[in-house]
Amino acid sequence: MAEKKTKRRDFLFTATYAVGAVGVGAVVWPMIDQMNPDASVKALASTEVDVSSMNPGKTITVLWRGKPVFIRRRTQEEIAEAKSVKMEELKDPEKDEDRAKNPEWLVMLGVCTHLGCVPLDQKGDYNGWFCPCHGSHYDISGRIRKGPAPTNMEVPKYEFVNANTIKIG
Amino acid sequence: MKVFCKKFTIIFIVLGVFNISNAAEKVDYLKTDWSFKGLFGKFDRGALQRGYQVYTEVCSSCHSMKYLSYRNLAEKGGPEFTEAQAKVIAASFEVKDGPNADGEMFTRPGKLSDKFVMPYDNVKAAQAANGGAYPPDMSVLVKARGGGVDYIYSLLQGYDDPPEGISLDEGVYYNKYMYGNKIKMASPLSDGIVEYSDGTIATVEQMSKDVTTFLMWTAEPHLEARHKMGFKAIVYLIILTVLVYFSMKKIWSRIETEV
Amino acid sequence: MSDHNYTPQSKVGKWFNDRLPLLTLANHLTDYPTPKNLNYWWTFGGILTFCLITQIVTGLTLAMHYIAHADMAFESVEHIMRDVNYGWLIRYIHANGASMFFLAVYIHIFRSLFYGSYKSPREIIWIIGIIIYLLMMAAAFMGYVLPWGQMSFWGATVITNLFSAIPLVGEGIVTWLWGGYSVDNPTLTRFFTLHYLIPFLILGLVVLHIWALHVPGNNNPVGIDIQKPSKDTVPFHPYIVIKDGFALLMFMIVFAFFVFYTPNILGHADNYIEADPLVTPAHIVPEWYLLPFYAILRSVPDKLLGVIAMLSAILILAALPWLDTSKIRSAVFRPLYRQFYWILVADVLILGYVGAMPAEGLYLLIARVATAYYFLHFLVILPLLGFREKTIPLPLSITDPVLGGSTNFATAKNKEKSVIK
Repeated sequence: MAEKKTKRRDFLFTATYAVGAVGVGAVVWPMIDQMNPDASVKALASTEVDVSSMNPGKTITVLWRGKPVFIRRRTQEEIAEAKSVKMEELKDPEKDEDRAKNPEWLVMLGVCTHLGCVPLDQKGDYNGWFCPCHGSHYDISGRIRKGPAPTNMEVPKYEFVNANTIKIG
Repeated sequence: MKVFCKKFTIIFIVLGVFNISNAAEKVDYLKTDWSFKGLFGKFDRGALQRGYQVYTEVCSSCHSMKYLSYRNLAEKGGPEFTEAQAKVIAASFEVKDGPNADGEMFTRPGKLSDKFVMPYDNVKAAQAANGGAYPPDMSVLVKARGGGVDYIYSLLQGYDDPPEGISLDEGVYYNKYMYGNKIKMASPLSDGIVEYSDGTIATVEQMSKDVTTFLMWTAEPHLEARHKMGFKAIVYLIILTVLVYFSMKKIWSRIETEV
Repeated sequence: MSDHNYTPQSKVGKWFNDRLPLLTLANHLTDYPTPKNLNYWWTFGGILTFCLITQIVTGLTLAMHYIAHADMAFESVEHIMRDVNYGWLIRYIHANGASMFFLAVYIHIFRSLFYGSYKSPREIIWIIGIIIYLLMMAAAFMGYVLPWGQMSFWGATVITNLFSAIPLVGEGIVTWLWGGYSVDNPTLTRFFTLHYLIPFLILGLVVLHIWALHVPGNNNPVGIDIQKPSKDTVPFHPYIVIKDGFALLMFMIVFAFFVFYTPNILGHADNYIEADPLVTPAHIVPEWYLLPFYAILRSVPDKLLGVIAMLSAILILAALPWLDTSKIRSAVFRPLYRQFYWILVADVLILGYVGAMPAEGLYLLIARVATAYYFLHFLVILPLLGFREKTIPLPLSITDPVLGGSTNFATAKNKEKSVIK
C-alpha cells in the first residue's frame, strides 16, 4: 500500500516535470527561430540574370543571397583544359561535366571555401581564380588545386530559363 | 485559495469593464458574421480572394498597401492563391526597378518578392490628387480604427443624403459612420462594380464584407496561426496547471497545512 | 543570512565554493525559511520575476529586428509582425507583457499595503520597490514610443513637455530631451537606448530588493514576527516554489488569452497609424496602467502644480513607512484601516477610469475629489489612524493557539478569513 503511494507520487512529479519541459522547449524554439532567415529574405532566394551580352572569355559577378556568384562563359580552350585534368591531381575530385552542365557556362558561388573571401578572376597558377586572403588557387572549373581551401568552389542550384537567362536558386 | 480566486476575478471584471468603457464612443455599427472571430476563427478563402479583387479593382486606385508583397497572396492563412496564380497577378503590375548597368531606372513585370505597387509616388502626390486628403494606406487600416472591421464594413455602406441643415462642400460626402459624418471619399462601391469570377453576386453589402475580410487579413496576416497556437497553448497550460496543482497538494501534505 | 556556514559535500564543490560561494547562495535560496501561512497574494513576487525575464528575452529578440529610425521604425515593426519567424508572437508577448507586468506590480503593491509589508524593518525593500516601479513606468513609456505610431509620437510629445513646467530651465530641458525642436529621430534613438538599458537596471534593483527581503525574511498575513527557521516556516524549495509555480501558471493562462485572442485590446488603435507631426489624435490617452496618475495631472488646473501633484502621488509612497504610525502590520487586525484600504483601492480605480475620460464636466470634478482623497489618505488618515484605531489582539504566533485548544495555525487563518469577508 505504502509502496503504491510512493509510486503514484513519483509518477505525478515525473509527469509534471516532463510536461513542463515540453513547454519550455516550445517557448524556446520561437526565440531561436526568429534569427533564421525571415519570409522576406527567403522570397529573394532566386535571382534571374540576363547573359545575352556575354562573349566567350567574359566573367560577370552577380549578387545572390548577399554573396557573389561568378558566371563565366568559357572559351573552347578553357573547356578543353578543364576536361583534361586527371582526377588524381585533384584535392576534391569532381569532373568538369558535373560542375558545368553546359560546358560553355560555369556558374559558381564566388566564395573561397577556406574562410569565405572572394577569389580574384584570371589569377593564380591554374588560369582560374586565386584567393588573395590565404593563397588558394582554383582552376578554370573552380576546383581547388593548391592552398589551404578544402573543397572546390560551390555550384549553386541554377537553370537556364531560356537561352539568355539564368535563374540562380 | 477561494478568497483569492474571488478577488482576482473581481479585479479582472472591473478592469474589463474599464476597458470596454474606454473604447471610443459607442456607435451602432452594422453587424455581420465574421468567420475570423472566436477561438477557432478562420478566414473565408473565397471572401479573401473576392476581397482582393475589390481592393485591386476599386480601392487600389487611391489607397496603397505598402507592407504587403505579392508573395503574401499565396501564403498559408491568406487568400491562398496558388503560387502560379500569384505569379500571374504579380506580373500584371509594372514595377519600377533599377538602376541598371547604364544607371537608369526601368520598369519590369512584378515578381512575387515585390511589394504591392503604390498608386502614388508619395504622400504629397496622393494628397494633390485627392483634394488635399491623403487616402490612408490600407495595410493595417483595420487595426488603426477604433471600430475595427465593423467600422470599415459600416462605413462602406454608410453613404447617405445629408440630413436637413448639413451643408457639404464640393468633394465632401455624408457618411453615417464617419467620425464627424463628413468624408472626402465618394462612395466607392455600387452594385456590380466588380464582376466576381466565382459567380457571387457583387452587391454593395457583399463587396463590403469581402473587402473588409481582406483588410482584416492584410492587418493580421498570421491571425489563423495565432488562433491555432493560442488554443494549443491554453490547453497545454491548463494541463500543466492541473499537474502542478496536484503536485503542490502532495508536497504540502507533508506538513499538514492546507494550501 | 544564517546559513553562511554551509559546506558542499563533494570535494570539487567545496573547492569551487571556497573560491566563489555560488553553492552557498543556491543553498541559501532553496533553504530560505518562508512563513508557511503565506497566501496567494504573496505569489506575485515570483510572477513579477517571470514578467521581467519575459520582457527582457522578448525585448532582446525584438531588438534584433527593430530599426530605431523615424523613417523606418513603423515599417520595421510591421516587418516583425509579418515576415520575421514568430515575430508576431514575440511582439504581442512583449506588448501585452508590459500590461501583465503592471497588473502584477499593482497587485504586489496593494498586497504590501494591506499587510503592512512596508513597515519596519522592511522600509528599504519598500523604497527599492518604489524605485523599480518608477523605472518600470519610464521603460513602459519609452517602449510605447518605439513603434512610432501616432500615440507613440504624441504621448512622447505630451510627456516630455511635462518638463517644460519647471521654471526657468524647463524649456531648455525639453529641447535637451528631444535633441531638437520637437520629438523626432534623435528622440527616438535615445529612447530606444534607454528602453534597452532600464530593464537591466531594474534587474539589478530586483536583486537588491530580494537581498533586502532575505535579511528580515518575509512578512506574512498575520503580520507578526516569527522565528526563522522554526515550525512556522517552510523551506523555499519545494514548498514556495511549487506554490508560486501554480499561481504563475494561472497568471500565464490569462496572459496567453490576451496574447492569442485579444492582442490589441489593451493598446490604442491610433498607434497603428504612422506618426504624423502635423495631426494630433482626437483623444490622447496613456496606457491603462498610467491612467490614475494622468488623472491626477489633469485634475490640477496649473501646469507646474499638476506635474508636482503627479510626481508627489508616486513619491509619497516612499514616505509611507513613516506616514503609517500604526505598530500593527496586517490589516487583518486593523478594522478601521481595512475599510480605508478598500476606499483607497476604489479611489485609485476611479482615478484610472476618469483618466481615460475627457477632462471636462463631471469627470473633472470626480478626478479632483479622487485626487484630494488620495493625498488625504496618505497625509492625514494614515497618520491619525495609528493613534486612534482600536486594533484586534494579535495571536502569539502563526501556529500557536490564540484561544487555546487548536494545534495549528488554522485559528489564525480562520480569523483572517472571517474578518476579510
